[in-house]
Amino acid sequence: MRLVLQGGRILDPSRQIDQEGDLVIEDGKIAGIVASGSARGEITRDVRGKLVTPGLIDIHVHLREPGFEYKEDIESGTRAAAAGGFTAVCCMPNTNPAIDTAAVVRQIIERAEQVGSARVYPIAALTRGMEGGQLSEIADLKAAGAVAISDDAFPIQNAETMRRGMEYCAQFGLTLMTHNEEKTLTVGGAMNEGLTATVMGIPGIPRVSEDIAAARNILLAHLTGCRLHLLHISTAGTVELLRLAKASGIAVTGETAPHYWALTDAACEGYNTNAKMNPPLRTPQDNAAILRGLADGTIDAIATDHAPHAPYEKEREFDQAPFGILGLETSFACVYTQLVKPGILSLSDAIAKMTCIPARLLGIPGGTLETGASADVSVFDLETVWTVDPAQSRSKSRNTPFAGWELQGRASFTVLGGRIIEV
Amino acid sequence: MKHLLSLRETDAADIRRILETAAAFKEILRRPVKKVPTLRGKSVVTLFYESSTRTRTSFELAAKYMSADAVNIAVAQSSVTKGESLKDTLRTLEALTADCVIIRHSSSGAAHLAAQCVRIPVINAGDGRHEHPTQALLDILTIWEHKIVGREDDTYPRALSSERPFDLRGLTVAIVGDLAHSRVARSNVWGLTKLGATVRWVGPKTLLPADAHQLPVRVHTRLEEALEGADVVMALRLQTERQEKGLLPSLREYSRIWGISPRTLRYARPDALVMHPGPMNRGVEISAEVADGEGGIRAAIEEQVTNGVAVRMACLYLLMGEMMGAGE
Repeated sequence: MRLVLQGGRILDPSRQIDQEGDLVIEDGKIAGIVASGSARGEITRDVRGKLVTPGLIDIHVHLREPGFEYKEDIESGTRAAAAGGFTAVCCMPNTNPAIDTAAVVRQIIERAEQVGSARVYPIAALTRGMEGGQLSEIADLKAAGAVAISDDAFPIQNAETMRRGMEYCAQFGLTLMTHNEEKTLTVGGAMNEGLTATVMGIPGIPRVSEDIAAARNILLAHLTGCRLHLLHISTAGTVELLRLAKASGIAVTGETAPHYWALTDAACEGYNTNAKMNPPLRTPQDNAAILRGLADGTIDAIATDHAPHAPYEKEREFDQAPFGILGLETSFACVYTQLVKPGILSLSDAIAKMTCIPARLLGIPGGTLETGASADVSVFDLETVWTVDPAQSRSKSRNTPFAGWELQGRASFTVLGGRIIEV
Repeated sequence: MKHLLSLRETDAADIRRILETAAAFKEILRRPVKKVPTLRGKSVVTLFYESSTRTRTSFELAAKYMSADAVNIAVAQSSVTKGESLKDTLRTLEALTADCVIIRHSSSGAAHLAAQCVRIPVINAGDGRHEHPTQALLDILTIWEHKIVGREDDTYPRALSSERPFDLRGLTVAIVGDLAHSRVARSNVWGLTKLGATVRWVGPKTLLPADAHQLPVRVHTRLEEALEGADVVMALRLQTERQEKGLLPSLREYSRIWGISPRTLRYARPDALVMHPGPMNRGVEISAEVADGEGGIRAAIEEQVTNGVAVRMACLYLLMGEMMGAGE
């Protein structure tokens, strides 16, 4: 079976390729790039004028299965992923039961193989039940297919637990992905501490709560030699800490998400629970620092922290509504509109932060159009200008702060192991 | 005016309109038969998720003096304890044909959420640490009565018919205490500054909200500075659990440094008016002598309560009665 994507602009940052041509896919694998119009195949798709890249990879999503299928499940979450141009996502362990046993890891992988429109790589919990106490059976979890370990949603407060967790992960070569929050500084907090929170009367989450936890985790990574990945960086302080840590040779990486450069805490005005996530939206100074961190390479990857919640859960008192927003379907358009078009990142650097770099961070396949690689490909129309309409989302949930935004660039379709996934 | 949710979102003209109406309604409260038929046939629901005696009673009496039917929902006995959401509760009240909902809630923004759920007017009777607009309105009415009406030997009706009623330019109001957690302080900042007053906030750093200096207030930690030349000193209630949360060493130290007593009140103008939204912790944020207005100290704490009824009558009238009157 031969599939040809004809005449697109093929951009593969993993090999510094940016050329027009036909991408040839044979039996689910990349067969090569040839001159436009020269390839023949059983199936051909005309992608002239479109952008062809390795399938996007999001290393930070919440698919909510098992346990919270009313918010999202693997089927709907990966459909949202495909609609956003993603062919692989890494799902966080705060499910019910948590991803803390090999059985749950295998269940997610099997389910994704049956119903998924994208690959799913589970991230396992550092501690059992995400309770911050006893370590999970990390070797077992890795053997079952977990690609990394995390404490996302329930950040480890005890420094001894974090230290031993890192030592344990390090011996298996697993990356530990940390949600950086010193919780004694955030009790009751529901949005960034600052003028808007003061005016709204909402208890604040100070920026320093993220910076202190990031600093501690960086120091423990230095001590233990564990590979550390800082999740959803939202503050100027944590960007600077990451920059300093990298300069001192510590094995630490970091990601941010579009809302941390596109929005500030002012988006919470009117008690907009679709602008409530953790870490929270910060200040214009933080937006600027995030952009600088992306541009100078301090921030390695762009993720989404896609976190669906049912409408009735968000239609609540602001302080009682859950944290989290959707991200998969708007991420690429935000990146293209807000980073590439204004010249903050080249298109190639932007795609690298969503393909080969995240793949390398967690050691997962994909992120390349190398001959012989699994044919996971995304095709984008960069000219399309569209308005974000939550009602059209493939997710089961509707909680996006970008409703009504006009964005440019949209996935046309993806290819997953040689199979075309229409969006 | 569709709802009364916050003074930040209420413009000066509407604030003046409420205050003028309240000033006119005060006369009703002095009658032997305190009842007018203005809101006959209307029903008002007070939905209180937090306990309150003074505010709920004030709204209830205001409704009854206007001949509206007032029903109180004590949340502890309602279906809310069975897990009903605020949205569903509000929709149910609307379906029961209530004409106005007055809501008190521990979550900031609850009144805004309520207003989004229904078409009937919603009055915010205090939401978390966000706002308590009717409290600030009654405070402003009290300040005006003491500081403007009396000043030029003016009579009440003459002051009301002045070209720019409720002009508070030249007045300095110092609000003292737990500003971080105070909805009263927030509503007062917007209301007072929109009418031209100067507002100062003073309290321990641990009880000041973040970035307060970006609000239209002068922020102080030293009481002496904040009270200097103040026309009005408003003491806020100090929740006694603040010291357990590590925000204060002791009530004793708080009272000595930020408490309003005859000693500390000397920093303010000699004719300074002392106010308190109640309920008071005598001996903590305010000394008994000051609260009771002993030794020539001017305290208006009970007048504030009376003005609260008039202000709430005005709010109910403007949100429900005017439309009805226009149709007749």
